[in-house]
Amino acid sequence: MSPSPTAVPAIELIGIDKKFGAVHANKTINLTVAKGSIHGIVGENGAGKSTLMSILYGFYHADAGSIRINGRDTVIHDSQAAISAGIGMVHQHFMLVENFSVLENVILGVEGGALLGRGVAEARSALKRLEADYGLDVDPDAIIEELPVGLQQRVEILKALYRGAEILILDEPTGVLTPAEADHLFKILGVLRDQGKTIVLITHKLREIMAITDSVSVMRRGEMVATRHTTETTVEELAELMVGRRVLLRVDKGPAAPSEVVLSVRNLTVKDGRGVTMVDNVSFDVRAGEVVGIAGVAGNGQSELLEAITGIRKPASGEILIHGQPVTGFDAAHLRSLGLGHIPEDRHHMGLVLNFEESENSVLGYHRDDRYGKGPMLDLDACRDDAKAKIEKYDIRPPNCRLKTANFSGGNQQKIVVAREIERDPALLVVGQPTRGVDIGAIEFIHRRLIAMRDAGKAVLLVSVELDEIRSLSDRILVMFAGHVVGEKTPDTGEQTLGLMMAGIAA
Amino acid sequence: MESLDLISILGSTIRLSIPLIFTALAGLFTERAGVFDIGLEGKMLFSAFAAAVAAFMTGSPWLGLLSGITVSVLISLIHGFASITNRGNQIVSGVAINFLASGLTAVLGQAWFSQGGRTPPLAATARFTEIVFPYAAELRDTGLIGRFYANVISGHNILTYLAFIAVPASWWVLYRTRFGLRLRAVGENPGAVDTAGISVTWLRYRATICAGILCGCSGTYLAIGQSAGFVKDMSAGKGYIALAALIFAKWRPVPVMLACLLFGFLDAFANFMQGKSVPGIGEVPVQIFQALPYVLTCVLLAGFIGVARPPKAGGVPYVKER
Repeated sequence: MSPSPTAVPAIELIGIDKKFGAVHANKTINLTVAKGSIHGIVGENGAGKSTLMSILYGFYHADAGSIRINGRDTVIHDSQAAISAGIGMVHQHFMLVENFSVLENVILGVEGGALLGRGVAEARSALKRLEADYGLDVDPDAIIEELPVGLQQRVEILKALYRGAEILILDEPTGVLTPAEADHLFKILGVLRDQGKTIVLITHKLREIMAITDSVSVMRRGEMVATRHTTETTVEELAELMVGRRVLLRVDKGPAAPSEVVLSVRNLTVKDGRGVTMVDNVSFDVRAGEVVGIAGVAGNGQSELLEAITGIRKPASGEILIHGQPVTGFDAAHLRSLGLGHIPEDRHHMGLVLNFEESENSVLGYHRDDRYGKGPMLDLDACRDDAKAKIEKYDIRPPNCRLKTANFSGGNQQKIVVAREIERDPALLVVGQPTRGVDIGAIEFIHRRLIAMRDAGKAVLLVSVELDEIRSLSDRILVMFAGHVVGEKTPDTGEQTLGLMMAGIAA
Repeated sequence: MESLDLISILGSTIRLSIPLIFTALAGLFTERAGVFDIGLEGKMLFSAFAAAVAAFMTGSPWLGLLSGITVSVLISLIHGFASITNRGNQIVSGVAINFLASGLTAVLGQAWFSQGGRTPPLAATARFTEIVFPYAAELRDTGLIGRFYANVISGHNILTYLAFIAVPASWWVLYRTRFGLRLRAVGENPGAVDTAGISVTWLRYRATICAGILCGCSGTYLAIGQSAGFVKDMSAGKGYIALAALIFAKWRPVPVMLACLLFGFLDAFANFMQGKSVPGIGEVPVQIFQALPYVLTCVLLAGFIGVARPPKAGGVPYVKER
């Protein structure tokens, strides 16, 4: 269904400009979105997509420029104004109150009176209607934190529709979904479009853009660099527009040459802080010279498995061996001395201390080494020289080892962690979500580094929720669901098969 | 122990619990809205002083209450200004209020009345005095129920009854009104409130004003209900005990009341045991019993109550994310 060119556009952004201090987030942006269409906006992290949409939703104020909704000039000074202009937004991090029911979340802000009774009753029947119209079924009395992520997202969409949204903005909606859930979301978006709603989809996943959008705009460094009809563009063209140079989307790698077993996990069971079993009797080996990928939807025990292997969480039972030596329950420092490198899933919480200088983070965890000082004293010059060498080798920008780590972009922060762990030349590298929130250019770089580790005869264990990443890097794929390894597959296994396994449907 | 003693302990349990109930409910409002309130103690003390001064000057307990509430609300707004508007550290702001209260009330008391930081003793007409229910005197000697009626139900001042009304009222406000829904939401995920087009700042300010009013009642009760004037540091850590009760009750109104009654009972029991000997042990230093509420606080806070999940956004100033 292609939008008619004569109709009044749903959204017109004219000359939107926004600065955050020295950062020019949006440079005189123009954007037109046709009514009843799905319009994609792609760009790397920090390209200004989210800022632009936050301006449209009234979360920020543009320094200059104007907004027209359905052909009428509209001043959107806060979210309330956006809502009354018929704009709804589904945020990347859901804006839900987790211990509230679905119903309470839906009515928050539109309670329909000082007392809740009547509003609740009205919302209940309205939800029934929305369910019938769009196939958005959710139990209105379910508590949010007990719902799977896919359903939580549905609540966000219901919230917007309940407020009468005609324009729906979705910010990276599929990041947390299984492939099946993502497909379901796209079906819902298709229905919404067919009923005349306008949808703006922000994503960095080009495949999704190709699959469901009618048109697509590309942003780079705060500028709108191109707008295309989806049918008239390709993934390669979009990637090039995003990065500003040609990118290799595939990872080039030869066949693996696995040799001796480096990591052995035997009947491992791990419980989380609440005592819930998150990893249930899991066994596998990782050999030198291979990448073993663990696929799965976030929250199926991968994090706890990583934490147990890297010495952050004590397993409830089972055994972990490195080079045949039992290391179960060893702490992280001890494991590191045995040749374990760890690129943690969340660089902000585990990988880096954001308030530290780059050079401090670049030795963190290895700071007791004689190289970095004697006894209780740190040799700061040695640390800084070491950091400078890594900055050069890994092309970390800006090349300033005295800069606070928080001031580096996501991709460069991740490179700091990757450099620290890889340069130690570990025999076993455990990697969690290596490219989460990292731009395409840096993804390419990190992927090549990981393959180089494998080719140098290291054992690599990779956990990622990005199925593409798992498939392109791994030599063997283990699929985790509900704490179990539900199967082992080769990397040429179809996405659909893996997707079903990740959803616990097939083995 | 004789039943007569139990009745009198229960009577004083009620009297000792009231300031805790008001104060813990005050903390309930702010903390459910995501603002930590260590300064409850200071607000109590300030309002006790203000109530005593106003009651002494005007001779009216009601003007005392009004003055106590006004001052407490003002202090709440200072806490709000520091921690909501200027996104300061909520603990530091609260501690500062407590120190300020302890020092300023004593200094002003000394400067105005020259009685060592006290305010002059109040006449009965300037205080909230006991309300005797019908037939209380007649029923006093007619068995257990009569004594319970006369000593536990009857014979308290108006603020006592107000405290017990405040418990279901707080529940109703939190769970049955739009304001309550938004208040609970802002303490869990202010982003959800902001994106729904509601002002996080104004909502949190309103929550601190509610706390100010309740703390005002609490301080007033101390100075012109329970006592006949202000005494230096008369809140004596009750603000902290109320916080402990709040956590013990997992931030829910009715359990808050029960927790406060438990702390009040321990306090009353300690008073009762003064100078009495324990069968089989002999006379136990009264300090042991006086320490009980604090020991209980430590035990409870050390996780005896299981996981007490505080409001998720508690203590974190709200900043729009980029």
